[in-house]
Amino acid sequence: MSVSTHGLRVHRGPHAWRVAVELFSSMRFAIALLTVICIASIIGTVLKQGEPGANYVNQFGPFWSQVFRAAQLDSVYSAWWFLLILLFLVVSTSLCIWRNTPHIVRELRTVKEDIRVNSLRAFSQRAETTLQGEAPEAAARRIGQLLAGGGWKVKLQQRELAEGAAGWMVAARAGGAHKLGYLAAHSAIVLVCLGGLFDGDLVVRAQTWLNGKSVYQGGGLIADVPPQHRLSPANPTFRGNILVPEGQQASVAILNQSDGVLLQELPFSIELKKFIVDYYSTGMPKLFASEVVLHDRETGEQVPARIEVNHPASYKGVEIYQSSFDDGGSSVKLKAVPMGAAAKPFEIEGTIGSSARITNGSDALTLEFTALRVINVENFGSPQGGSAVDVRKVDLRQQLESRLGAAHKSGQEKELRNIGPSIGYKLRDAAGQAREFQNYMVPVDTGDGVPVYLLGVRERPEEPFRYLRVPADDQGSMDGFIRMRAALADGALRGKAVDQYIARVADSKRPELAEQLRVSATRALALFAGSERARADATSQGGWQAIAEFMEANVPEGERERAGSVLVRILNDVLFEVLNLSRQQAGLAPLPADEKSQTFLTQAVLAISDAYFYPAPVAMMLEDFKQVQASVFQVARAPGKNIVYLGCLLLIIGIFAMLYVRERRLWVWLAPAAAQPGASSATMAMSVNRKNLDNDREFEQLERKLLAIHKESAP
Amino acid sequence: MTTTTSTTTTTLTLNESWLSRRNAFDWVFALLVLAGGLFAFVRYAHAMDVYEKVILLGTMPAAIWLGWFWRPLAVLGLVVAGASLLGIASYQGDLGRADTVFWLKYFLSSQSAILWMSVLFFMSTVFYWLGFFGGSQSDALEALGSRIAWTAVALALTGTMVRWYESHLLGPDIGHIPVSNLYEVFVLFCWITTLFYLYYESRYGTRTLGAFVMLVVSAAVGFLLWYTLVRDAHQIQPLVPALQSWWMKLHVPANFIGYGTFALSAMVAFAYLIKQQAGETRWYRLTPIWLLGVALCFVPVAFRQRAQEAGGSYWVVYAAISALIAAGILLGRKRIAARLPAPQVLDDVMYKAIAVGFAFFTIATVLGALWAADAWGGYWSWDPKETWALIVWLNYAAWLHMRLVKGLRGTVAAWWALAGLAVTTFAFLGVNMFLSGLHSYGTL
Repeated sequence: MSVSTHGLRVHRGPHAWRVAVELFSSMRFAIALLTVICIASIIGTVLKQGEPGANYVNQFGPFWSQVFRAAQLDSVYSAWWFLLILLFLVVSTSLCIWRNTPHIVRELRTVKEDIRVNSLRAFSQRAETTLQGEAPEAAARRIGQLLAGGGWKVKLQQRELAEGAAGWMVAARAGGAHKLGYLAAHSAIVLVCLGGLFDGDLVVRAQTWLNGKSVYQGGGLIADVPPQHRLSPANPTFRGNILVPEGQQASVAILNQSDGVLLQELPFSIELKKFIVDYYSTGMPKLFASEVVLHDRETGEQVPARIEVNHPASYKGVEIYQSSFDDGGSSVKLKAVPMGAAAKPFEIEGTIGSSARITNGSDALTLEFTALRVINVENFGSPQGGSAVDVRKVDLRQQLESRLGAAHKSGQEKELRNIGPSIGYKLRDAAGQAREFQNYMVPVDTGDGVPVYLLGVRERPEEPFRYLRVPADDQGSMDGFIRMRAALADGALRGKAVDQYIARVADSKRPELAEQLRVSATRALALFAGSERARADATSQGGWQAIAEFMEANVPEGERERAGSVLVRILNDVLFEVLNLSRQQAGLAPLPADEKSQTFLTQAVLAISDAYFYPAPVAMMLEDFKQVQASVFQVARAPGKNIVYLGCLLLIIGIFAMLYVRERRLWVWLAPAAAQPGASSATMAMSVNRKNLDNDREFEQLERKLLAIHKESAP
Repeated sequence: MTTTTSTTTTTLTLNESWLSRRNAFDWVFALLVLAGGLFAFVRYAHAMDVYEKVILLGTMPAAIWLGWFWRPLAVLGLVVAGASLLGIASYQGDLGRADTVFWLKYFLSSQSAILWMSVLFFMSTVFYWLGFFGGSQSDALEALGSRIAWTAVALALTGTMVRWYESHLLGPDIGHIPVSNLYEVFVLFCWITTLFYLYYESRYGTRTLGAFVMLVVSAAVGFLLWYTLVRDAHQIQPLVPALQSWWMKLHVPANFIGYGTFALSAMVAFAYLIKQQAGETRWYRLTPIWLLGVALCFVPVAFRQRAQEAGGSYWVVYAAISALIAAGILLGRKRIAARLPAPQVLDDVMYKAIAVGFAFFTIATVLGALWAADAWGGYWSWDPKETWALIVWLNYAAWLHMRLVKGLRGTVAAWWALAGLAVTTFAFLGVNMFLSGLHSYGTL
């Protein structure tokens, strides 16, 4: 055993000190530390790190979240105990190197030519033979030269024997790099840990302890933050984020701490000229790039640079990375489209990130502008791969064929389309409850036969958006829908529509039937419009659901289907009259009774029916926008990086040396052969620092080459 | 032989020099590699940045060294180059020809080649297993298994090369080396693992381990087929900005040498345990086989949230086949153990595989750190994938320490290597399935 795994044994000091030093420098301690690091790391990957405290309470309950916080399991990798373990690991590994280096250096210097002949017999890899016609000295010189030529370090030693004869000991060593590899790999661990610790947030934290800096917990503008929360530009190591809107400059990075933020002054300011984002035809992002100018705050020098993902910029020891992007305060103009009967249309302007109050008499809502997305690529491919495919059919041939050939095909064809800009906003009520909305600016043909405006809404961020699909009228606007809704809410107009309907369809010879039809049509329209409840305890406010509720309450189950289809047909026809009346009011020509009008009507009626569920009095439609993007950079000064990289290099070299260089020692003892003058008897032994099958191969080769011993098994 | 004059002493050398062992084929191979590499360099230099040029130039000596180190690799390289060039030439710059040209449609286009690879890997596994029960034909059956495995590797590489070309045909901005998503790296995993196994097969002169190693390759192929047929994951996707880097060409293959050899060592460890417990009749001592059976049957559970979608039955079939294999091993363990090589050989293969895997896993992790420094702004950010790579690394570091320093071997080492596969698999797949992070390119 060449490298000791026991700890360092000091001979001075009290007993406890000696025990502690031995423990800290032993391999078992290092392995134990590594095991703890492993377990802690696993916890860190399973438990989401760096979340707000409330999330843990939600997930694990108040008790466990307290425990986690106390043990800093929400930020394992910067917890004091984790850093302490790393520090112990550094100490332990350093002691290990310290202990073994002298030994290794000594071993490297010697070939152990003074070994006793008898001890050669104790080696497991050993060979003995008689070299005919070769005196010991000649044999020793030959063997020595061969070994030296093969890269071994060789020493020859002449030993006087009893009868005045001389024996020769050839001692050789090869593979010293193995031991150097040991040193390289272990010092690499120390270097990587030290570099990493230095680049961690230890230095920043030290400034909060020693330099009177403290974490800032408030909000507001960066410029208003007092100086005790600001770190100087000379800070040797930090990692923070900085947001720069297009056309503006920023020079203060934000360092997120577990309980707030610190502000890091940079020695330069970053001016974002232009943020470029580019997409593939699939809608996947292809390029994020920022064109910036760096203004040196001391010299006023201006350095233009382009920062991309994978291509950071570096200035004055600070690396600047493209980390993400955001809205830099785009201005938008929205038009409120009434969804409730009482609402009136209006226009409002704002910037993304700001909010506004909208009131409608009694209730007030806060409108928060959250996101403007200029490009939205969506998949319109049918999931079944063609509508005419019988899904029950197991068509193995077709399955296989679609996957043979070049790798650009797919069984499920995608149809990707950019459906234009969208506006995301929240409406927050007086109680603080907010709903999220996402409305698209232009109508999209989603396969309904008529382009529709998509108005998305969701109650909670984790839900997908549900969309109200409002059809665009023949002018391509939402006005047709709005007019029809308004007309439907107007009782007098409804009556007029029913009159027109009766006049068109009723048989004048049978007035009693016409009267009956009028009653049904009026009733159905009133139900649909929500002016008449289906029954006293009806849950619906109108639309198809009210009709369904009415049927359930008043029609026996057996007749519902037939009665329902009649009612639907009547209602459809009456609603067509409503539609045309609404157009007439606006001074437009009535729609012809063709298929196109029918498609629009169907969609409009569906949308009106669904609109009863729309949880807001107005839908905000994007009228106009001016996009201002912002780029989020990560700025870091990490001088420990070079130490870490050096450590990595040493680690790789060390590992290869340790695994692929075997340290071997070889001795050949040559003495005059007892019975044959001029011949010598040879004893060869080899020791290797590890056992494997390669050693046997090499020893056989050495036997062959040096002593001309041929084993049958040798190839 | 008996002459010991000084003249022979000076001419004899201990180790023949490396160059003097080269034969004519070696030099022809080297010339071809240089010619091909330089041609590519001259023709495409304008489209490469300086790092990519360095990688291309570095690939040439590496390929020559590999071909010289183990001659079958040179043959493989030439066959793959020939097939790939034929495939590329048949395209004539038009992807549509994949459906019309016979050779392309059924053999050389990337998808066809990879499907053939899948079939051949299964066949190879079957033949290796038949070797255990083939009586006097055993050697012939295993030799057949070995040849089929070689063919599968050649097809996997051809498929990869042609896929690379196809990606460039899709669009100049889309082309990239096919190691960028889970589908592509599974192909990489399959051929790297097989190739390493074939190397040990020839070096140790035993083919019986093939049955075990090809099991894990077959499992990977099973996953690959599910991924293709049910998930349609085989489509070439363009690269997100974070992946558009020459680092990918180095980081990913190095990583998969690690994963592949770790998997290989685990299967050898499994064989070792079978060999040891062959005479065992107490059922509870047969735990490794039981565990394998249980583990394989639990694979579908990991995919259960997707059981509703089409292909849910796929995993039922998968579990059934796994159960059959485990039962087969259980019944035939005596015969299997009798054909397996000596425990020392198994032990040595296990060590060699872990050693090479560990060395390359270290390189891969370091390269990953260097890449992360460019792309994410920090060489280490405790991303789940990074952290699990560290855990895998520490696990095998501990294994090697115990073996090299404390002389650990035998049953404990084998169990540990087998457990290592579980850790590696979690780092490879589990992290993508259960944890989220920056490494989200391989999400399932």
